[in-house]
Amino acid sequence: MELYSLGVHELRRMLDKGEVTAKEIITSVYSRIDAVEQKIKAYVTLPRTEAFLMAEKADRDLSAGTNKVMTGIPVAVKDNMCTKGVPTTCSSKILRNFIPPYESTVTSKLIEAGYVLAGKTNLDEFAMGSSTENSGFHTTRNPWDTQRIPGGSSGGSAAAVAADECIAALGSDTGGSIRQPASLCGVVGMKPTYGRVSRYGLVAFASSLDQIGPITKNVTDCAMLLNVISGRDLRDSTSAPIGVPDFTAAIGKDIKGMKIGVPKEYFIEGMDPEVDAAVREAIRKFESLGAVPVDVSLPHTGYAVATYYVLATSEASSNLARYDGVKYGFRAEGKDLIDTYMRTRAEGFGPEVKRRIMLGTYALSSGYYDAYYRKAQQVRTLIKDDFEKVFREVDVIVTPTSPTAAFRMGEKTEDPLQMYLADIFTISVNLAGVPGISVPCGFTTGNLPIGLQLIGKHFDEETLLTASFAYEQSTEWHKRKPAL
Amino acid sequence: MKYESVIGLEVHAQMSTDTKIFCGCSTKFGAEPNSQTCEICIGMPGVLPVLNRKALEFAIRTGLAMHCSISPYSRFARKNYFYPDLPKGYQISQFEHPICEGGFVEIVVEGETKRIGITRIHMEEDAGKNIHEGNGSYSFVDLNRAGVPLMEIVSEPDIRSAKEASEYMKKLRTILRYLGVCDGNMEQGSLRCDANVSVRPAGRKEYGTRAEVKNINSFRFVEKALEYEIKRQIRVVEEGGKVIQETRLWDSAKGITESMRSKEEAHDYRYFPEPDLVPIAAEQRWIDEIGASLPELPDVKRERFTSEYGLPEYDADLLTTEKAVAEWFEESIKAGGQPKAVANWMMGDLMRLLNEENREIADCPLKPPQLADMLKLIDKGTISGKIAKTVFEEMYRSEKNAEEIVREKGLVQISDESAIEKIVDEVIAKHQKEAARFRAGEEKLLGFFVGQAMKAMKGKANPQVLNELLRKKLS
Ligand SMILES: [Zn+2]
Repeated sequence: MELYSLGVHELRRMLDKGEVTAKEIITSVYSRIDAVEQKIKAYVTLPRTEAFLMAEKADRDLSAGTNKVMTGIPVAVKDNMCTKGVPTTCSSKILRNFIPPYESTVTSKLIEAGYVLAGKTNLDEFAMGSSTENSGFHTTRNPWDTQRIPGGSSGGSAAAVAADECIAALGSDTGGSIRQPASLCGVVGMKPTYGRVSRYGLVAFASSLDQIGPITKNVTDCAMLLNVISGRDLRDSTSAPIGVPDFTAAIGKDIKGMKIGVPKEYFIEGMDPEVDAAVREAIRKFESLGAVPVDVSLPHTGYAVATYYVLATSEASSNLARYDGVKYGFRAEGKDLIDTYMRTRAEGFGPEVKRRIMLGTYALSSGYYDAYYRKAQQVRTLIKDDFEKVFREVDVIVTPTSPTAAFRMGEKTEDPLQMYLADIFTISVNLAGVPGISVPCGFTTGNLPIGLQLIGKHFDEETLLTASFAYEQSTEWHKRKPAL
Repeated sequence: MKYESVIGLEVHAQMSTDTKIFCGCSTKFGAEPNSQTCEICIGMPGVLPVLNRKALEFAIRTGLAMHCSISPYSRFARKNYFYPDLPKGYQISQFEHPICEGGFVEIVVEGETKRIGITRIHMEEDAGKNIHEGNGSYSFVDLNRAGVPLMEIVSEPDIRSAKEASEYMKKLRTILRYLGVCDGNMEQGSLRCDANVSVRPAGRKEYGTRAEVKNINSFRFVEKALEYEIKRQIRVVEEGGKVIQETRLWDSAKGITESMRSKEEAHDYRYFPEPDLVPIAAEQRWIDEIGASLPELPDVKRERFTSEYGLPEYDADLLTTEKAVAEWFEESIKAGGQPKAVANWMMGDLMRLLNEENREIADCPLKPPQLADMLKLIDKGTISGKIAKTVFEEMYRSEKNAEEIVREKGLVQISDESAIEKIVDEVIAKHQKEAARFRAGEEKLLGFFVGQAMKAMKGKANPQVLNELLRKKLS
């Protein structure tokens, strides 16, 4: 068994026992990267020198006995989280040369916990997309079929985990950007409750929806990583002043009697029958483990995609205004100030980013605000209420993560609406602010992974982890590896 | 036809907090460009604002002092527009849910007290500053000011003349300085004023079309700019034209307002709630604490100065415009000064000396008890009012006490009749001719004798005693 193929908790045990060094692990991970990265293109930046230096520091900590939970563990970070001294591009030409002079809170916490930065992973430009095809640099490939996309926008992180190009990764999820690629790449991905993890240093797409979370090879690793990154941050006013439990304690608990809501709105016409079958099979598995399925309804689900695209684009149109070529990043010199603004943004942003900026600008314009932005906020409240009502009856909700398995490159690029529907099952979770996790629950006949989504109550990631772990332990899906 | 003007003011007051509104950078004025910045106030990717609680406290303080209600639910909003001095491409401001609403301040114009309604007070961040130098093909941007906390105080259209507007501005400045929330310096930009102005035939209810006048950057210009704009609008109407809704810039050099942009060209700021900041729900207990800590405000203080110290309105008004002046006054009273006398000395010699050196009363070298002590010397007859002028100025310059000065310079007033009598006799003996003329009825010559006697006594004679003795000896 190669070191790169192992998970966080396994390597933790080996490192702490002195069976392996951090340097051996990063060497193994980088040999894997050297072997497969050309095919996968998961990364935007590979800071090899820094990574080895961090591993050496980890080994010193290990011999000094000052090792912590992530000491020596190579973690890939989506390239929209600021890493001091390491380029942070958001896979956008406009930030191609941007090197932050500050560290995001999540990576600060990882540094504090001793991690090794494996590299910065590819994404759809500014996290806008579901396939990484909107990256300003290149498209990441799905390790299970390199003619297919890995999902997005955290496609680089999910592919890197699935292809063993790192031990674990961080993604960010605004409308499904962790869960959908995790599902399509056959790994575990969690979007925590909004406010659970600090957004400081996460380059904003839609501030009221963005949330950072782990992408890992198994549920235990997810809990370990979540332990490290969670908690109130005084630099993020929207981070919740709420205690953080030990999430690993949720691992291994019994799920007998756990009520599992199955919302009828999530089993729809047009869904891939193989996905439908795999999810229904998973529900039966839960039943066999002692959980109790309950039919529930989330009646406003049908409005989620429209609501999301009004709110997310509105916030994005404002969040992305700072990229004007004045202070940092790319600048296309024009004949005057306005011309410089226009050319910088015309040349610096890709087509999907421009589309969303225009949509959002329109939705916020005077005369349209009430019909779009305000209305969407009202619907958002209804969607949140749907979840609150259902959670009075059940402990978790189970749905498919994505209506289909990974699609081919180019299959949906010509039709943005089709692309937007790839997130149809994940978007409501962001609107409601509740936590969601995707775990592998089967494969199509074409050997493509299928993901199961579990949705929890506000700040109840523990129940999600308990249920996910119980399910994972009763199946073999997470043990399969793509042939590369 | 007679016209009436209708004016509403939007005043931006820079709060005098030590740090910026959403980051920890210093707000000190006049530092090296961009030396007081960080990743947050220059709008780097991924950074987030955190509200400075002091700025919120200052806004609440101001709201309470201006009789506003403090909103139990308040929110920040983003005001979106592109400009190089606005690093994020939006200004964090307040729109739908300002922190304070529905208050008033009172002004006095021509002896009449008038209430000017306050529509709202909201918090926002300041922008940076573009610096245009060189050949015009480029500009510099200084972001030291970006993120400095501001309050926007919006009045109702209750103001009816340029004079009232000026009084209102002065009153705001006084209150803000009393509260210690803004230094009120218009020339340095810590107090800025935009005015909405319209005119209508006297007696009509409907408002005329208004123009917004910007760039009124000095107290001197508030009245001038508005007077100009009111006259301009009346002229437009009288010539059969229509006032158009537009933004006009006051040009202080030319003394006119000029069109900047029309309504059609107006920005669409696309306000929406700021998702990076949680709504503000200030606890009632905290608001009550802030309310309890408010200083005595100028109107109340003025009232008290007339009733408690028996000062005339004029004196009370002048002495309460600045909190520090009022405090100086009361300290002097506490040290035993007689109120009207203290007031006179303050409004006269003290203000003159301070103005000569452009000093604030806070930096006054003369301390209030020193004035009180000097006044006691006058009362006791140790020095005359005339000599006191010299003593006062000497106290101010040397920081010595009155008694010390009087002793050192030998300025003690001579009231001893025998000493004065001796001089009087000498003077009359020396000026026999004049004495004869006086006795013949040339009364005005008394002044001549007083002058001669005073000269001989180096001005130290008690004038009353001297006068009496002269009259007695000459008759
Ligand atoms: Zn700053």
